[in-house]
Amino acid sequence: MSYPDDLRYSKDHEWVRADGSTATIGITSFAADELGDIVFVELPEVGAALKQFAAFGVVESVKAVSDLFAPVSGTVNEVNARLQTEPELLNSDPFGEGWIARVDVADGDELKELLDADGYAKLTT
Amino acid sequence: MAYAPHTSADREAMVAAIGVGSIDELFADIPTAVRATAFDIPAPLTEQEVRRELTRLARRNRIAEVSFLGAGAYRHLVPAAVMEVIGRSEFATAYTPYQPEVSQGTLQSIYEFQTLVCELTGMEVASASHYDGATATAEAALMACRLTHRDTVAVSSAVNPQVRRVLETYCSGPGIRVVEIAADLAEEGSGLTPVDVAEATLDEGVACLVVQQPNFFGGIEPMAALADAAHRHGAQFVAVVEPTSLAILEAPGAYGADIVAAEGQPLGIPLSFGGPYVGLIAARMESVRQMPGRLVGATRDAAGRRGYVLTLQAREQHIRREKAASNICTNQALCALAATAYLSAVGPEGLREVAELSMLQTRHTVAALESAGVGRPRLSAPYFAEAVVRVPDGKRRHATLAEQGIVAGFPLEAAYPALQDCLLLAATELTTDEDVARLVDALEAST
Repeated sequence: MSYPDDLRYSKDHEWVRADGSTATIGITSFAADELGDIVFVELPEVGAALKQFAAFGVVESVKAVSDLFAPVSGTVNEVNARLQTEPELLNSDPFGEGWIARVDVADGDELKELLDADGYAKLTT
Repeated sequence: MAYAPHTSADREAMVAAIGVGSIDELFADIPTAVRATAFDIPAPLTEQEVRRELTRLARRNRIAEVSFLGAGAYRHLVPAAVMEVIGRSEFATAYTPYQPEVSQGTLQSIYEFQTLVCELTGMEVASASHYDGATATAEAALMACRLTHRDTVAVSSAVNPQVRRVLETYCSGPGIRVVEIAADLAEEGSGLTPVDVAEATLDEGVACLVVQQPNFFGGIEPMAALADAAHRHGAQFVAVVEPTSLAILEAPGAYGADIVAAEGQPLGIPLSFGGPYVGLIAARMESVRQMPGRLVGATRDAAGRRGYVLTLQAREQHIRREKAASNICTNQALCALAATAYLSAVGPEGLREVAELSMLQTRHTVAALESAGVGRPRLSAPYFAEAVVRVPDGKRRHATLAEQGIVAGFPLEAAYPALQDCLLLAATELTTDEDVARLVDALEAST
């Protein structure tokens, strides 16, 4: 399986798209497939402080519940409210419409701790 | 299934199989200082001897002939139909079955219970039940902390003191602070939770305001104003209610309660020393994922037939482990079934009659004490079916009457020093005019 080249990936199966000092985060297609049909997402609140690799939300599927782990530290400035009524976006378009939150990144160096697309592909095969 | 104890040979075989020399070796890690070495157990008795001994002990029980004791548990008529229904062998378990969907009848009975609780409370979702009203209240407070991400619980001192003790115990583990809002117990005071004191106590750290309706003294709290105060500070409003009263009083869903907790005992569950009773929790649908305990939902099977399932189990401990909404998912299915059978048997009108008769007899009791000159109401607020009466030298006279088989309510002084000489008296539809006359006569004679 291949993954978008413009993203960085955590070993906890979250992706991050850095755009200047803000970053969009979500879960990978691998994570969504493993979870199965996702029925509920507990989103962080706008203004919440995320810490890299710490839990910041919950994703629930018909067969499992899993914490969401922040790929980078920062402050949430926007959440994808559509997920409250359309959690299935995480399955159908995890790298696009199924994004979870946008954060003001606290420390850009943290991105170096993450995997690139090839590294993540190796992790998940 | 018969109880089959291990024989000595069984034990030797097991010890040999796991490779230890003796059973004592299994306890080697326990320091000898804390190990019990000798048990002073009397010699075995025959069945007849046991029966004789228990009969002798049972004779020492004092059964009250007349009781005005309430204080959280209430004597109501339990229609024979209730015992008939819960006595059916199909229902003979206190638990949700471990393979739940196989037991459609049990799940349906729980679903009906949840529906009745929602109808009574005016809330959107109710759980499959909890141990009792006290644990339900504590779970409601923890739920509010999860919902608000705050860690202080404000509770009115007019909430049942025993319920508050359980609440404090539950909060002590996760480090949740419990602050008390003092009810107005001054001379000529209302006995209610002052809205201004509640307002002053609430701040951005308070997860919920817990208020009982009717309160421990029977008083009718200004629930809507207290709920507004809680909401102004982003706190949840937890209403602890007595279910029979809901036939008369406004439903918690209508005055802004976010979570409702209740002791379900008055609904067809006989009084017994310490239970089993049943706790009720109801909430708004938006909070359902933080609701403790089990939840039965209705659905359709592949053939389109109505069926019942345990739903939203992702909140529960067998899936979420230490992150579960609650680690007590045991419900009280048999007692919940009794409540369901009771509410079905009496119906809305019957429940209202029970509530009205209880109110009427409580007023009759208070008036009779007042006109005989033995006691006076101590608090000024309107009350439901329980009232605080000051009887001079009340503690001693309460003890004197107990010797005569009359329980003159619950003496309040120990829990509320401000309520010196005060007795909390409850009457129900089972209280007769003769009971009231005996109480009055005995109190008059005890001066």
